[in-house]
Amino acid sequence: MNLKSYIFLTIVLSLLLTLLPLPVWAIWIRPLWVLLVLIYWVIASPTDVGLFVAWVIGLALDILNGSLLGEHALALIFAVYIASRLQRRFPIVSFLVQIWYVILIVISYQLTIFVIQGTSGRAITDARFWLSALISILLWPWVAALLRKGQQFYAIRRAG
Amino acid sequence: MFLDQHQVRLNDLRSLRTFCSGIVSPLQYFVDFPIKLFNNLQLNFSTQQSLLDDNANLKDQVLILQGQLQQYFSLEKENNQLRSLLQSSPRGTERYSVARILAVDPEPFTQQLILDKGEKNGVYIGQPVLDADGVFGQIIYVAPYTSRVLLITDTLSAIPVEDMRSSLRGLVLGRGNGQNLVLANMPESADIKPGDSLVTSGLGGDFPAGYPVGTVIKIERNSGEGFSHITVEPSAQLNRSRLVLLVWPLQPKTIIPPTKNITQQNDAPTKKGKKKK
Repeated sequence: MNLKSYIFLTIVLSLLLTLLPLPVWAIWIRPLWVLLVLIYWVIASPTDVGLFVAWVIGLALDILNGSLLGEHALALIFAVYIASRLQRRFPIVSFLVQIWYVILIVISYQLTIFVIQGTSGRAITDARFWLSALISILLWPWVAALLRKGQQFYAIRRAG
Repeated sequence: MFLDQHQVRLNDLRSLRTFCSGIVSPLQYFVDFPIKLFNNLQLNFSTQQSLLDDNANLKDQVLILQGQLQQYFSLEKENNQLRSLLQSSPRGTERYSVARILAVDPEPFTQQLILDKGEKNGVYIGQPVLDADGVFGQIIYVAPYTSRVLLITDTLSAIPVEDMRSSLRGLVLGRGNGQNLVLANMPESADIKPGDSLVTSGLGGDFPAGYPVGTVIKIERNSGEGFSHITVEPSAQLNRSRLVLLVWPLQPKTIIPPTKNITQQNDAPTKKGKKKK
């Protein structure tokens, strides 16, 4: 399996996880799988995953979620843009600073969705909306580690 | 995105969305499939006795419903006769189809669900959806093989209703909490009481008249404001139904009874309804 198909596979997997029905107590704490996977790939392979991919996946997410066309696309573009600007620093900073970067990216994503929902007349009134951001941040280390392990498992060399 | 918001006037984005939904909906089926399989497996392993019991119960239910239905047909005929006496157009009958809700969860702050019937099954945007107990929602997007229902509890949903007791007309809006609805803009002096049941009034053209929407559970009257805040509990089992009914109403969209005029009294009854585009 080469790098591109592995990237594609992980992105599709993240979309499926976003759709998966969860028990009632868990629906507000669903991690933002698509965002986490895209952040990983922007950092690990910026030549393959960039703003265009983010936009397309965002549109797919909009269609799956029934939200305004472009809502998640815009949110993902913001997040991926910030990630791409921070991409070079990721390998050299400490773990805590990395988490801080991820917090920044995830909060900006969630905030964009919040603002767009609010300005389009579908305001989010439940404060539990922010819990999914929290859990995504908490899960980031594991998701990143998993994706890296998968890369090693399939013995994929970086595209360069 | 902002084009999509005002998509009422632009139809091109709607077809783009339908096209993209066609590409993306296999993902939804893919997630739904194992859950459906699991449920079917559960059924396969039920004991024969429980299946026989279920079968007998269902046959009883069908018999009772058919008995009630016999009376419905004669009432419908009587209703049409009375309408023709009043020179009003006859009430059409509706076509129904059963759809299954796909086991796919959207975001929790919108109340929308995906159905397994789409454009190929004749589903159209704006189509009313019911469940066994009442109005469930309205179709907002259609893909080739799936469609999306906006539940009545979503903030975007508004249904014209009529109070069964007092014939008061109003609009029931969703609040976005998945639990209850609000009857909007009712003046304080309106004749409405807790326990009143609300049915669709048929105005606005989307929902055929007469289907139960909910029951009034609380009325708060603040003397400062001129309006009362009325909470309505939906009749439909929004959180539990797995099967819903899609309705194709055949009656005219709006019926305006002809005004009585001396010179027109002997005219044949004409259909005054206008089909909304």
